[in-house]
Amino acid sequence: MTVIAEPFIQWSWIFAHGHEMWTYTLQHLVLTVVPVVAGLAISLPLGILAQRHRRLYNPVIWIAGFLYTIPSLALFVLLIPLTGLSLTPVEIALTTYTLLILIRNIVTGIDEVPAEVVDAATGMGLTRRQTLWRVQIPLAMPAIMAGVRVATVSTIGLVTVGAIIGRGGLGQFITDGLQILFTTEILLGAVLSVLLAVLADAGLLGLQRLITPWTRKALAGATS
Amino acid sequence: MDEEGPRGGNVVNNFTLGHLIHWFTTAAHWSGPDGIPNRVFEHVLISVESVTIAAAIALPVGMYVGHRRKGEFIAVTTANVGRAVPSFALLVLVFTIMLRILPANLAYGFGPGVVTLTLLGIPPILTNTIVGIQGVDADTVEAARGMGFREREVLSRLELPLAMPLIMGGVRTAALQIVATATLIALIGGGGLGTYIVGGIAQSDTVQTIAGAALVALLALFTEFGLALVERRVTPRHTRTPRRWRRIQPAAGIAPPTPVGL
Amino acid sequence: MPGWSEFAGADYDVGAHDGLGRTGRGGEAVTVMISLRDVSKHFPSSSGNAVNDLSLDINEGELAVLVGPSGCGKTTTMRMINRLIEPSSGEIFVGGSDVMKQDPVMLRRGIGYVIQSVGLLPHRTIEQNIATVPQLLGWDEQRIGARVRELTALLDLDDELLRRYPGELSGGQRQRVGVARALAVDPPVMLMDEPFAAVDPIIRARLQDQFLDIQRRLRKTIVFVTHDIDEAIKLADRIAILNIGAKVEQYAPPEEILRAPASDFVSRFVGAERGLKRLALISVADVEIEPGPVVQRTASQDEARRAMREAGTEWVVVLEGEKLLGWIDWWMMEGGRDVAAVEPREFAAIVTPGSSLRTALDIIVQSRTHVAVVVDNDNGYQGIVTLDRLTAELRP
Repeated sequence: MTVIAEPFIQWSWIFAHGHEMWTYTLQHLVLTVVPVVAGLAISLPLGILAQRHRRLYNPVIWIAGFLYTIPSLALFVLLIPLTGLSLTPVEIALTTYTLLILIRNIVTGIDEVPAEVVDAATGMGLTRRQTLWRVQIPLAMPAIMAGVRVATVSTIGLVTVGAIIGRGGLGQFITDGLQILFTTEILLGAVLSVLLAVLADAGLLGLQRLITPWTRKALAGATS
Repeated sequence: MDEEGPRGGNVVNNFTLGHLIHWFTTAAHWSGPDGIPNRVFEHVLISVESVTIAAAIALPVGMYVGHRRKGEFIAVTTANVGRAVPSFALLVLVFTIMLRILPANLAYGFGPGVVTLTLLGIPPILTNTIVGIQGVDADTVEAARGMGFREREVLSRLELPLAMPLIMGGVRTAALQIVATATLIALIGGGGLGTYIVGGIAQSDTVQTIAGAALVALLALFTEFGLALVERRVTPRHTRTPRRWRRIQPAAGIAPPTPVGL
Repeated sequence: MPGWSEFAGADYDVGAHDGLGRTGRGGEAVTVMISLRDVSKHFPSSSGNAVNDLSLDINEGELAVLVGPSGCGKTTTMRMINRLIEPSSGEIFVGGSDVMKQDPVMLRRGIGYVIQSVGLLPHRTIEQNIATVPQLLGWDEQRIGARVRELTALLDLDDELLRRYPGELSGGQRQRVGVARALAVDPPVMLMDEPFAAVDPIIRARLQDQFLDIQRRLRKTIVFVTHDIDEAIKLADRIAILNIGAKVEQYAPPEEILRAPASDFVSRFVGAERGLKRLALISVADVEIEPGPVVQRTASQDEARRAMREAGTEWVVVLEGEKLLGWIDWWMMEGGRDVAAVEPREFAAIVTPGSSLRTALDIIVQSRTHVAVVVDNDNGYQGIVTLDRLTAELRP
């Protein structure tokens, strides 16, 4: 191996591949957003249902947990007979991975809305649906958003593994680089995916703060 | 796109359950270095090694920091970092670095595998240990000190048993994550059940790929349930949490285990 | 009384009431606003009835307080009126309509509901919180805005609080917002469950005073639940003392309950110092005040001594015209001095006509003269209150 003679990072290569960086990053983003949004679309109704009808909670969580346990690469592969060899099995698998955390957080979030707020809302004359959508869900937002954040960051990491199955995303740098043991390319893929995860986390945290302004205001120091 | 695998060639061709069963019943697949028993052994071996080292590092640090009740920052940061760093990227990274600084035969396989898996296993164990120990009611600890417990005894007799559910949860999470990610070490020549998957893709042998995936899934599930049983045994009865992961609060930023198989 | 459905519709007019809060129908006769008939509630998880065959009538414009020991069923009773709990049997009428025949949601929109923890929606501003029910009823923005401002003025809340969130307010402020919110659509009926219990005693007293003031103006029909008998005595028009199973031990004005407790349970619940509590309900202006030994500044020593002898005291009150100057006693006039020559001492024990007899008693006990002197706002002398007068009041 002639690795020792090469410089560790070839900056020229990086600059030459700006286009790929952009493409793969965008792809990666799309590949992340789709499962999270789809996961949310499934988890929200399921979560609301499971919160109200407690008997549903355990089976639902059990199934989601079961799927969650299966390692990503294995799940991708196992779905191939059903969906063909592409990024579709990856997306389906990633969606199921988000279910566990999202459903759990939705249920916990709604659970933790103080009982007296719900009582006051009902006592004032809000219908059940109004109480759910105008009171419980908004107040569960911090928990739900926390779940979305975790799901997003995890998904970003898992999308990198997807490159083993189908082309696309920042994982492509890693697999391609691995094939020829090209450190620079590998490093690029790794660093960019970490960066993307950190930025996504921070961005979603900002979004969470934006839509829940009441959590920021402290009551410390309030006097009569 | 459907028929063209990343390495080219027809990958999805006439796959049926029959093929799968045939693969599993072929004697050749059960013996030798590439046989199922050996691969399972490799997989389990590296996992156990990594979990043990991770625990050996994370537990003492976690207990010390947790007991001092200074662990808030570390716990949250490690959890966040552990979440954000994609294990696949990390594995390949460690591999390439080791390739540079070590002779070739050490750089492949086990070496980077153990290092990466250990690094992956530390955050869950560390975070949960800290949170678990710090979660023990401060008043109870104070009372214990007041009764004359030595610091060491406060830790071993009071905090540790009470924190056990969370700590075990962390070890379980770490173990699962490690077992799952160990699938990927096949990419750098590390053996384990992942070789079936990776090899199957390279050789366009769909049956092998799927068989490998099935084996990996089975091992993961087996580990999960096995450890659940162990946890139940080890945890003092009255401190058992009724639901898995119940204690780990999402809103506090300390997340449940990252999806396995990163 | 307009039919209940007329209120519960979207066109309830907020402005159409006179100072008494009644909807301009001239309420001379007493009408029953809330009526419970043989109401019972049984919970599956417990043996026995939480509420057992309760019958109670609450008049329009009345503040009825349900008070009793923990677990007696007072809160359960209250919550059946707006059907947050469904009665197991019996009938409940509000405004003449059977609550069971109405849509519970619409029923609740027409009843003000205030609970101990207030239950403000943490994610909405104070303004949005108060506007909750009006918005549900479809009021337009302008009307809601005007009403919110009306209420903040009524509840003595700063306008700038409207933009804040509940988490930023103090306990006392939140309680007032809770009341404002309940009053938003000017419902004729309000249900209040220990609304002032969660704040400290000083703030609680202030809130109670403000609340009494508002109620005097609005004259709502209120069912008020508390475990604090003193609060009940202070606020209620009528008190219902409830025993286990919501059994009504006595339902009467506070004064009557203190004077003539209907049973041992009631007198024990009212507690010790019943006499003192009764005195607290009577003001000085309500009783006969004695003139006491009085002389003018210009009086001679003989006149002063004569006044003392007649009153049987060793001191006299010195006036200048109507104004109170103070008192002098026998020994201060030693050596043949006239009243004018002696500097009168100031009375420490002074009450106004508005003071309660309890305050007067407190003062009497501490004074050297053993009386309380009554003066009006301009320091004009009214008379004196003696201990004998107080004990006479307590005799049935």
